[in-house]
Amino acid sequence: MRREPPQRLADYGPLFFPAGMLIVFFVVPFATMIAVSVFQREQGGFYTPAFVFDNYARFLSLFFGKVLGFSLFLAIAVAAACVVIGIPFTYLLSRSPRRIQIVWLVALLSILSLSEVMIGFAWSTLFSRTAGITNLLVWLGLMAQAQALTPSFGAVMTAMTYQAFPYTVLVLYPALVRLDPTLTEAARTLGASPVKAFFTVVVPALRNTILATLIMVFIFALGSYLLPQLLGRPQHWTLSVLITDQAIYQSNMPFAAAMAVFLVLVSLGLVGLALYAGQQRQAK
Amino acid sequence: MSGLNLNHVTKQFGNFTAVNDVSLSVPDGTFVCLLGPSGCGKTTLMRMIAGLDLPTKGSIELGGADITAVPTHKRDLGMVFQSLALFPHLTVGENIAYSLRIRGTPKDVQKKRVDELLAMIHLPGFADRSVAKLSGGQRQRVAIARALAISPKLFLLDEPLSALDAKLREAMQVELRQLQQRLGITTIVVTHDQREAMTMADTVVVMNSGEIRQAAAPVDIYRRPADSFVADFIGQTNLLPVVADSAGRASVLGEMIEGISLPTGAAKGLLSVRPEDVQLTAAGHGAIAGTVTFIRDLGGAIETFVEASGTQVIAVSSPRNRPDVSVGQSVGIRLDPATSVVLAR
Ligand SMILES: Nc1ncnc2c1ncn2[C@@H]1O[C@H](COP(=O)(O)OP(=O)(O)OP(=O)(O)O)[C@@H](O)[C@H]1O
Ligand SMILES: [Mg+2]
Repeated sequence: MRREPPQRLADYGPLFFPAGMLIVFFVVPFATMIAVSVFQREQGGFYTPAFVFDNYARFLSLFFGKVLGFSLFLAIAVAAACVVIGIPFTYLLSRSPRRIQIVWLVALLSILSLSEVMIGFAWSTLFSRTAGITNLLVWLGLMAQAQALTPSFGAVMTAMTYQAFPYTVLVLYPALVRLDPTLTEAARTLGASPVKAFFTVVVPALRNTILATLIMVFIFALGSYLLPQLLGRPQHWTLSVLITDQAIYQSNMPFAAAMAVFLVLVSLGLVGLALYAGQQRQAK
Repeated sequence: MSGLNLNHVTKQFGNFTAVNDVSLSVPDGTFVCLLGPSGCGKTTLMRMIAGLDLPTKGSIELGGADITAVPTHKRDLGMVFQSLALFPHLTVGENIAYSLRIRGTPKDVQKKRVDELLAMIHLPGFADRSVAKLSGGQRQRVAIARALAISPKLFLLDEPLSALDAKLREAMQVELRQLQQRLGITTIVVTHDQREAMTMADTVVVMNSGEIRQAAAPVDIYRRPADSFVADFIGQTNLLPVVADSAGRASVLGEMIEGISLPTGAAKGLLSVRPEDVQLTAAGHGAIAGTVTFIRDLGGAIETFVEASGTQVIAVSSPRNRPDVSVGQSVGIRLDPATSVVLAR
C-alpha cells in the first residue's frame, strides 16, 4: 500500500478526536500546573496569580537534589529489574503450551487489578516479623529467628518491581511471540548454545522493544508515592512522596506544582537521552 | 562407517507417527534430496538430523560417531531454513560471520572468510548492507553462505528455493549443485518439487506418510519406480491394470502383451508406462484398442488422451513426431515391455 501525506485539512480528520482528548486531558492540566508553579503562595493554602520563581528556587537545595537523585535511581533500578526478570520469563512463556500461557497471563492481569495500597499492605505483611516469610524460613530451619524485612530499600524495590512486572510482560509478550522461533534454531545450528543464542539473537533483535519497556517502567515507577512510604524509611521517599505531601498535607500547591513540572522535565530529558542513545547505536 | 547414517529413526508426536522407522545411509560428499508430498515428515526428519528434535527411537551417526543425543550446536553442520532465518539486527557480513564470532575467531580472520564467501555467492562488497534490503535471491545466497562459513561436515537445506520465482529457482538449483560439487560437502535438501530433486540430487529419497518409499539415483527413480506411489509422484505416468490368466500370461486393457509378466503367483498388478513411451498406431494388429478423447498441444510437446476399456492413457510426443490423429478417432496403443515397469497393486 502506498502512503501519501495528507493533502487537505479534512485528511487530518481522524486525528481531531485524539488531538482533542490530548488537549483536554493532558495539555490543559499540564499548562495549569506550569502556571500554578509560578504563582505566589498565600497563608492558609491559597495562592494568587503571579510570576515568581521562588518555588523553583526553593528546591535548588542539597536535600531536594538528593531526593530527586534517589527517585531517578529507584525508577531506573525498578525498570532494570523488571526487564532483566521479564525478558527470560516472557521468552519462556511465549514458548510454552497455550494453556500455560493463558494461566500466567490471567494471573498477571489480575495483579493489575490490585491497587497500590493493597499491594503495599500485602508486602508489608509478608515482610513483617510476626506474620512474614521469615517465619517460613525459621520453620524450614534456614533461619534462627523471625525478623522484620521492612522498612528497607529491598522491600520498596520488591513491591515496586512486583507492581510493574505485569506491564513489562504485557509489553514484551507480543514482540516475543512474533519473534521467529527459527532465528534461535538457526543460531543453534551455527554453533550457539541455547543461552548464547538467547543473548546474541533474541535480546539484540528485541532492542527497541526492550528500550520502550525500560522507559515505560521508568516513568511508571517515578510516579509511585505510596509504596516508598509504606515499605521504606524516610530516606527512601521519592520526589512523588514529597509532592503529595506538599500538595495535600502542606496545602502548598505552587511548590508541589513546581516540583512536578521539574520532575516531568527531568524524566523527559532522560527518556530523550535514552532514545537518542538507542538511535546512535542503531545507526552505527 | 563414515558419512551420515540413520538407523531405524522414528519420531512420534503424541500418538501420531511423523517419521516411521527410517533407515538411510548417505556416503560422504553426496547430494541427497528428500522428496515427498506435504506433511510426509521431511522437515521432521531433517530437524532430527540437525538435532532440533530428538528421535523417539533409532540412532543417527555422522562420521562414525553416534550423534543422536549430541546437542545441535556441537554437531558441526550448516542449515538453511525455509524462512531463511537471517538475523534482522545484523548486516550481511555479520550474519555470515555469526558462526565464526560465536567460536571466538579473530576479527581479521572473520573478515577474510566473509569476503571469500561473498565472492563465492557472487555478492562481493555486500558485507555492510542490511539484510532487509536484499532481494529474495540475494537473501537466499546469504543464508547459504552463513551456513557454510565454518565449512561444516553436513549441509542441510529445508525447501531453500520455494520462495523464489520459477526462473530464479532453476538458476539457483544449478548454482547450488555446482557449489556442492566444488566443495564436496555432504548435502541434504528437502523439497516437494520433483524437477528440483531430479536436477540436483545424486540420490533422491521419496517419502510418503513418514516412510521412505524409494531411495535411488534420479534416473532409476524415474525409470524403475519401486511402487505405484513413486511412479505417480515422480513425473507423469500411466498406471494401467495388468491381469494374468491361469497360464501366467499377462494382459493389459484386454490385450495380451509379450514380454510382460507378473510376479509368480500374482493375478493382478499395475503397469507403469511413461507417456513418452506410449506409441499410437493404427487400430488392430495386437495393439490395445482405444478412442482419442482430447488433444493438448503445448507447443513443445503434444499430449494425446486416449480412452481404452474405461482407462485413460496419455501419450506424449514431440512436434516432430506429431501423431496423425483427431478427437473421436479409433487408435491402437503399443507398449514397449522394456520401458514399462510392473508394480504390485
Ligand atoms: N511439533 C509437532 N507436533 C505435532 N505434530 C507435528 C509437529 N511437527 C510436525 N508434526 C506433524 O508431522 C507431520 C510431518 O510434518 P513435517 O513438517 O515433517 O512435514 P513436511 O514433509 O516437511 O511437509 P511440508 O512439505 O509441508 O513442509 C505433519 O503431519 C505434521 O502435522
Ligand atoms: Mg517441511
